[in-house]
Amino acid sequence: MSSTAGPGEALDNRTGPLLDVRNLCVRFPGPREGRHRSWVHAVEDVSFTIERGRTLGLVGESGSGKSTIGNALTRLVQPTSGTVRLDGQDVLAARGARARELRRRIAMVFQDPYASLDPRRTVGATVREPLDVHRMLSGRAGRKRRAAELLDLVGLVPETAARYPHELSGGQRQRVSIARALAADPDLIILDESTASLDVSVQAQIMNLLRELQDELGLTYLFVSHDLAAVEHMSHHVVVMYLGRRMETGTTDHLYSRPAHPYTQALMSAVPDTDPATERNRERILLGGDPPSPLDPPSGCVFRTRCPLAAGECAEPVPKTAVSGDHDVWCVRTEESLSPERLRRFVH
Amino acid sequence: MSARPFSAWNHLLRRPVSAAGLGVVALLVVLAVLGPHLAPYGPNAVDVTRALRPPSTEHWFGTDDLGRDILSRVVLAARISLQVSLVSVGIALVAGVLLGLLAGYFRGWADTVIMRVVDVVFAFPIMLLAIAIVAVLGPGVTTATVAIGVVYVPVFARVTRASALALREEPYVKAAAAIGAGPLRIIRTHILPNVSAPVIVQTSLSLAFAILSEAALSFLGLGVQPPQPSWGRMLFDGKGFTDAWWMSVFPGLAIFVTVLAFNLVGDGLRDVLDPRQRSAMESRRGR
Amino acid sequence: MNAPGFAVQDLTVVLGRGRRAARVVRGVSWSVEAGRTLGVVGESGSGKSMTVLASAGLLPPPATVTGSALLGGRDLLKLSRRELEGIRGRRLGFVFQDPMTSLNPLLTVERQITEGIEEHLGATRRAARDRARELLATVGIADPDRRLDAYPHQLSGGMRQRVMIAIALSCEPDVLVADEPTTALDVTTQAQILDLVRERQERMGMAVVWISHDLAVVGGLADDVVVMYGGQVVEQAPVETLHGAPAHPYTRGLLGARPVLGKRRDRLTAIPGTPPDPRALPPGCVFFDRCPVKGDPRCETEVPDLLEVGRRHYTRTFCPEDQ
Repeated sequence: MSSTAGPGEALDNRTGPLLDVRNLCVRFPGPREGRHRSWVHAVEDVSFTIERGRTLGLVGESGSGKSTIGNALTRLVQPTSGTVRLDGQDVLAARGARARELRRRIAMVFQDPYASLDPRRTVGATVREPLDVHRMLSGRAGRKRRAAELLDLVGLVPETAARYPHELSGGQRQRVSIARALAADPDLIILDESTASLDVSVQAQIMNLLRELQDELGLTYLFVSHDLAAVEHMSHHVVVMYLGRRMETGTTDHLYSRPAHPYTQALMSAVPDTDPATERNRERILLGGDPPSPLDPPSGCVFRTRCPLAAGECAEPVPKTAVSGDHDVWCVRTEESLSPERLRRFVH
Repeated sequence: MSARPFSAWNHLLRRPVSAAGLGVVALLVVLAVLGPHLAPYGPNAVDVTRALRPPSTEHWFGTDDLGRDILSRVVLAARISLQVSLVSVGIALVAGVLLGLLAGYFRGWADTVIMRVVDVVFAFPIMLLAIAIVAVLGPGVTTATVAIGVVYVPVFARVTRASALALREEPYVKAAAAIGAGPLRIIRTHILPNVSAPVIVQTSLSLAFAILSEAALSFLGLGVQPPQPSWGRMLFDGKGFTDAWWMSVFPGLAIFVTVLAFNLVGDGLRDVLDPRQRSAMESRRGR
Repeated sequence: MNAPGFAVQDLTVVLGRGRRAARVVRGVSWSVEAGRTLGVVGESGSGKSMTVLASAGLLPPPATVTGSALLGGRDLLKLSRRELEGIRGRRLGFVFQDPMTSLNPLLTVERQITEGIEEHLGATRRAARDRARELLATVGIADPDRRLDAYPHQLSGGMRQRVMIAIALSCEPDVLVADEPTTALDVTTQAQILDLVRERQERMGMAVVWISHDLAVVGGLADDVVVMYGGQVVEQAPVETLHGAPAHPYTRGLLGARPVLGKRRDRLTAIPGTPPDPRALPPGCVFFDRCPVKGDPRCETEVPDLLEVGRRHYTRTFCPEDQ
C-alpha cells in the first residue's frame, strides 16, 4: 500500500478500493471508578476494504461493534484512531467543504423505518433533504422532479411525495429511506440492519430492490446485519465481528462453505434451518453464557471465554492466519476447527 | 407546506370544544380591538348617584361603588389583560424555547449553566418572584409584563429541553446528521417542529396563567394602575362589597372564561398539529 | 392420544366499533395436545398474537371476542375476570417478545418469580424463594443465588428471557404460550432459548404454542404449524408437510422469501405489496392482491373454505399446489 494520499491531496484513485478502513478503533468513555476512567472498546483495530460496486457484509451479534463502524464512517461517532479513505481521500481528517463533499458520498439507511423518518415532514421533504444540505439542484421544479425520480427508482408512485411517514407501510417507509440515501448521488451506502425490522415477505422485496439498484447505479454497499443468511445473500465479502474485533474475513462463498473460526461456526450452527428434517437431526454448537463486558475484554482472543476449542495459548495475542488466498481468520486453533468431521457436523 | 396551517385550523374548527374555545378567544380579540366602540359607557364615567346598582337592563352587569358601569369596564379591560398576557408569554416563549434548545441539543456546559439558572428561578414561588421584580422596577403595566414574562421562561425552557433531549436521540435526527446536516439545520427542521406540540400546549396554559398573574398583580396594586380598568383590579375593588356580588363575579367570570378558552384551544391544537392524529381524524370522516 | 391441552374454536376478534372496526381474527380454530408444540406463523397484522391474547382475556375493552378457547374442558371466554386471573400464570404461562418491558424494572428477579408462586400455589415466602432458585437453575442461569437479588436491567437480554420463562413455568402450567420470544435476541442466544424450551417441554410435558414470524424458527420446534394471513388460517399442516409440500401460495411465498444459508440465489421470490388493512378486507381470498397464481375466477369474489388437501393438511385457497 504505497500510494497513500495525505489529507488535502485530491487523489483520484479509481483503481484502488472505494473504501479503505485501516486500524479503526472506537472507544467510548465508560463508568469512572475513583480516579480511573474505564473505556468501552466498541471497535478494536478493524481494517477492511470494499471494491467499487461490491458489497461487504459486516456480521455479528449485539455488542460486536458492527453498527459502530457504520456510525464512524458517517461520522456520527468520532473514531479514537485509525484511518478511513474514500477513493484515497482521508475521510476523518477532512474539514470544511471537502468533509461535506465526502459526507455526500457516504449515505446510510437505518434499521427502523418507523423512527428514522421525521414524522412531521412529508416524504418529498425527507427525500429532498440531502439536496438541501448539499445545495444541489437549486430550482424548485428541478428538485421536485428529482424527488419523483428517486421515488420511482425505489418503486414508489410520485404521489407518495405528499404523504407523511405514518401513512405508509414499513416496507414503503424503508423505500423512502433508501430514496433519501440515494438523493445526493452517493458512492457508498451503509445499510445498518436495514431489513431487520421488516416482515419476511417485505424483507425480500427490499433486498431485491437493493441488489437491482446496485446493478443499475454501480453502488457500493456496507451491509451491516446480524442475519447470516441475509448477509450471505447480499455480500461479496464478509467480515465476522465479535466484541469489537474481527474474527474472520473472506469472500462470501469461501467463508460460508469453510467457516474457520469457532465463533463463525457457532453462529452458523445457531441459524435454524427451514427444513425441519435437517433441523432436528443436526448437531448444534451451543455457546454457553453471554459475551464478556466490552469494558473488560479477555486477553488474547476475546472469544476464548465461550469457545468450545479454547486452550491455554488463546490468552496470548492472536495472529492473523490465512485459510486461503482471500480468507483470513484470527484463531490459533484452526487445525481443530477445520477438521473434516467437525465441519461435516454443522455446515449447511 | 402552505396548506398545512390552513388545514390545521379547519380541523380545529371541526372539533366543537376547540371551536367554542376559539370562538371565545376571537370574541376577546374583538373586544380588545373594538372595545371603546362597543362599551355602552365610558370606563371611568363616574356617577355616584348610580353607585352599587345591581344588574339591570340599563347596566347589565350592574355598577360599582363609584357608579361606573361594570360591563363597560369588563369589556375595556380585555385589551390590557390580553396585551399583558400575550406580550409576557411571548417573551417567555422566545427566551425559553431558545434556552431550552441550546441546553437540550448541545448538552455540555451550556446545558449546565442554563439549567442551573432556570432551576434557581424555578425554585421561587411564581407570584413572589413577580412581586419582587415589580418591587425593584416599580409598579406599572410594562414592568408587570416583563415580570410575568421572566417568571414563565423556566417553564418553556424545561419543556423545550426535555423534548430536545429526547429528539436528539431519535433515529431521524441521526439520519439527518448522517446526511451531513449541521446543528442549525437539524434544530430548525427536525427539532423545532417536533417540540412545537408540547410548547404550544404550554403556551395556552401559560396564557391562562399569565391572565391570572396579571389579575393577581393588579389586585395587589402592582400591575395595571387605577383608574385604568383591569379584571384583577376590579376584583380588588369589589372585595370590600360582599353584598354587591356583581362587582367581583363578572370580572371573575371574565378571567375564568378566558383561561378556560385558552386551555381548550391549547388542547385542540395539540391534537390537530400532530400529523398522526390529523390523518386519524381525516379517515374517521372519510369512511 | 392425550386430551387437547389447549384449543381455540371459531375465534373471532373485532377491535373498535362501527365503520372503524378492524376484524383482526376471523374464525380461527386450532388445537394443541399436551406434550406437543403448535407453531403459529404469520407476518405483522396477521392476527397470530391477537388469537392467544384474546383467548386469555388480555385485550383491552373495545375488543369483541367470540368463539371459544378451551383449556382443560373449560371455555376461557366464559369465565369471569377473577377466574381467568386464576388460570393465567397458573395453567397458562406466557412469554412475550420483549423481556425488558414485560418485567417490572423495580422488582428483583426473586419477587417477579415468587409473586405467582405465592399467589397461585399459596407457598410461603421461604418455600417460594427456594422454588425460584431451583427454577433459575433449570432455565440455565448460572449462580442463581446471586441472580435472585438482581434487577432486570442488570441482566442481559438472553438472561431476561430465561427469567421470563422461569416465571411462565413457575406454576407448572398446562400450556406455555410463547409470543415471538426470541425475535429480540441474538441467534446464538435464540438457539439457547429454543433448546431450553424443548428440554423443559420434554421434562414437563406441557403443550406449547409458539408464535413467530419466522417459519425456520418454528420448523425445528413445532409438530404442527398454522399459517395465518389477514386474520385467517390459510394453511395448517404437520411441520414436515408444510415445508415439503406447501399448498397455499402465501406459504410458498414465505418459504421462498427468506434467504437460506448455503443456498444462494440471485433473487429472492418476494411477495409484492403489503398485507391487507383489517378495516378494509377484500371480498374474496384475503391474499388475492398479492397472489402470483390467481388461478380461479372465484378468487376475487368468494372467500375459500379451509379444505383438507392431505392427511391433517388443510388450506384455504381455490388453487392449491399439489406436489
